Amino acid sequence: MAQKVLEMKNIGKSYFGTQVLKDINITLEAGEIHALAGENGAGKSTLMNILFGMPVIHQTGGFDGEVLINEEPVNLNSPQKAMAAGIGMVHQEFMLLPGFTITENIKLNREITKDNIFSKIFGKSLKTLNFKAMNKDAKKAMTQLGMSIDEITLISKLPVGHMQFVEIAREIDKGDIKLLVFDEPTAVLTENEADKLLDAMEKLSEKGIAILFITHRLDEIMRVADTITILRDGHLVESGKKESFTIETIAEKMVGRKMSKSEMLKRDDFIENASTLLNIENLKVDMPGEKVKNFSLEVKQGEILGIGGLAGGGKIGVSNGIMGLYPSEGNISKNGSPIALNSPVSSLNQKIAFVSEDRRGIGLLLDESIEMNIATTAIQIQDKFLKNSFSKSLSFYDNIAIRKHALELIKELDIRCTGPEQKARSLSGGNQQKVCIARAFTLEPEILFVSEPTRGIDVGAKQIVLDLLVKMNREHGVTIIMTSSELAELRKICDRIAIVAEGELAGILPPDAPDVKFGLMMAAKKEVIHHG
Amino acid sequence: MDKVKNIIDKLGIPRLIIISFLLLLFIIAIASGLAIPPLIGDSIRRVGMAGILVLAMIPTIRAGMGLNFGLPLGIVCGLLGSLISVQFNFTGFTGFFMAIIFALPFAIITGIGYAWLLAKVKGQEMMVGTYVGFSSVAFMNMMWLVLPFTNPEIIWPIGGTGLRYTISLVNHFSGVLSDFLKLSIGQFEVPTGLILFFVFFCVLLYFFFKTKIGLAIDATGANEMYAISSGINVKKMRTTAVVISNCLAAIGIIAYAQSYGFLQLYNGPMFMAFPAVAAILIGGASLKKATISNVIIGTILFQTLLTISLPVTSQVVDGDISEVARLIISNGMIVYALTRGNKKGGK
Repeated sequence: MAQKVLEMKNIGKSYFGTQVLKDINITLEAGEIHALAGENGAGKSTLMNILFGMPVIHQTGGFDGEVLINEEPVNLNSPQKAMAAGIGMVHQEFMLLPGFTITENIKLNREITKDNIFSKIFGKSLKTLNFKAMNKDAKKAMTQLGMSIDEITLISKLPVGHMQFVEIAREIDKGDIKLLVFDEPTAVLTENEADKLLDAMEKLSEKGIAILFITHRLDEIMRVADTITILRDGHLVESGKKESFTIETIAEKMVGRKMSKSEMLKRDDFIENASTLLNIENLKVDMPGEKVKNFSLEVKQGEILGIGGLAGGGKIGVSNGIMGLYPSEGNISKNGSPIALNSPVSSLNQKIAFVSEDRRGIGLLLDESIEMNIATTAIQIQDKFLKNSFSKSLSFYDNIAIRKHALELIKELDIRCTGPEQKARSLSGGNQQKVCIARAFTLEPEILFVSEPTRGIDVGAKQIVLDLLVKMNREHGVTIIMTSSELAELRKICDRIAIVAEGELAGILPPDAPDVKFGLMMAAKKEVIHHG
Repeated sequence: MDKVKNIIDKLGIPRLIIISFLLLLFIIAIASGLAIPPLIGDSIRRVGMAGILVLAMIPTIRAGMGLNFGLPLGIVCGLLGSLISVQFNFTGFTGFFMAIIFALPFAIITGIGYAWLLAKVKGQEMMVGTYVGFSSVAFMNMMWLVLPFTNPEIIWPIGGTGLRYTISLVNHFSGVLSDFLKLSIGQFEVPTGLILFFVFFCVLLYFFFKTKIGLAIDATGANEMYAISSGINVKKMRTTAVVISNCLAAIGIIAYAQSYGFLQLYNGPMFMAFPAVAAILIGGASLKKATISNVIIGTILFQTLLTISLPVTSQVVDGDISEVARLIISNGMIVYALTRGNKKGGK
């Protein structure tokens, strides 16, 4: 039996009398990849905070149970101690200096130095940096991860996906690392990059490093994990070898209720008969990282159209361009009447609404209440919820009408909150997304653009969001154009799926087309780029 | 117990400290035999004087541009308006309101220019604003010398052109607000009209932010991208906010001057932004969030502290250090408040 690297015994934690974790037992052996699954709020972050000795735990009265590292009890009451004990963390947000090279980032504050005259006189802080040795170390760490980027490249020049690897390289370069925690490392990566990351994780585990892997993507768990632990509401629901689980059982146990697949009515003849609602011709969008070069497409009345493709291919640029958020050119017309580009107002006035992929950046006023988040756009664009007055722009908004509307939507979309006055910031990802959808829904759109609607939200909430979109389409007749990186969810609810590659339309496929067709279409022109 | 905790949470620790400090000063004042009623009356008067200038901070903060350090720009517009009113020999309430009416066009035009400039330096509004304020004072220093005013009360007594440093308003609109419905109980005086005038603008601004356009300004400040994607013309909202702030500054100085009894030209307005900034920050505003109650609480705390601390310090310490004490207290408060500035309001 391999050595136990980490053992967490009977861990419990309560915040101000609320039990958030109870009797959690987790054991990791050297070289084991242990997946930790659970919905948002299941207690994963609290458990990780305990493991890292985060101050938030100790300021609120510590925790119950004990943590053993290499079979010896340790008292991890500060992050420094956790690091010294050989625990490394790969963060979801990157902690890198953009203007520094890969080597400098990896070696920061652990530089290899050599003596010179001044350092002999004035002390060791004036020693010369030994870049040769540092570059060698950096290269070694990157190669271990299967990356072959030049180690003197500036971080700012790297694609997002590669930054993650630099983070990991920094952790493994520390040498005595025994346990690495990956907190949703693939959330910001494309499928291709995520693959590479999973390969790298497997390589690390072969070297005897234990890995604790937190993710929302169940197929990733099934691919790399040796052991799986599922948390729900602060309890350990089940733990065991991967072989004893399937994606469906994990999903079911996480949510604690049977997952219902959204029943799609087959509507084969539907598309041919439908008239064209939105006509996009030669759209060019200058969105950094998601350039659209020449995109043309006809959207049919009443359909759910999916837009898929690899990250950086331009699929996200399409909706952002049409909504006037990024500089664009081309011809867009709805029912034959042209829509001015580069003007959010003209699109909104044409009853086109948008749920952005950047939920926190564009979709929400984080420090405002749910009700104001929902109502603001409708007030500005459609003069909804305004009391009559001599001037539209100086009329008061109607708090009572807003409250009533918000309560209806909270009920209809099942937004879990303490009330319409709760601040958007304090909601979970899934519920924030529902608020974004409610905001768009309030505009009573005829066309709804939805960009990455399930990014960063947990499995249960994902299903609810998708069901909601289907419901809007079927019951309210909203034509939906959904952009997503997850092919699986596009195939679940879309009538047609357009694939965008290299800023152009690569083709349109029915949702039941075979995988290989999608794969080929997405990758057709991408071969060259993805060998960074 | 919960109630007490609630109040503490709402007020925030910094305000509790300042309130306790104020109470301590009051106790010292009583112990050293100072007359309290005039001190309180004086505090109330100063709150009314400074209030609207502090209120001018609100629109720019809520539009996401930070504190309006360019307050002197609006102030010189107010001074210009007052001078024109005096030039034409308007007196009493007419004089006061004519001053405002003359000042507003200047405040609106310079406000649009100021907003245009700030749009060019997005992200550095406060730094650039400070210098816009200083430059406008310097520019007006020249203007005061060459503008064609002819009323002998305001030009140098030796004749020719050029305005005096300090211009008395005694014959014009000095005290029109302060003496309106004035309450006097012995040594204790309340300038009711001035307070009402301040409250009127508080209410006006409060309701302004409940309108469609006010909400658009709020959204612009809270999340610019959200505002853009809601079809809000962000640039226009920023300009509107700056113009409102500039106009409030102009009106604020006229209200200030009528209570003070003088117009102070030349370098007088140079540093007038700082006490206003200090006051709203002490009231619990942050660089991103500010409410009317922040203004009211802040102005009361700041002005009372200034009023009380001067006589008390000169009682306790020998010699006249009141000017030094005033500088230490007001600038110290700005530094203190700005270091808390990045945190959320109320903390």
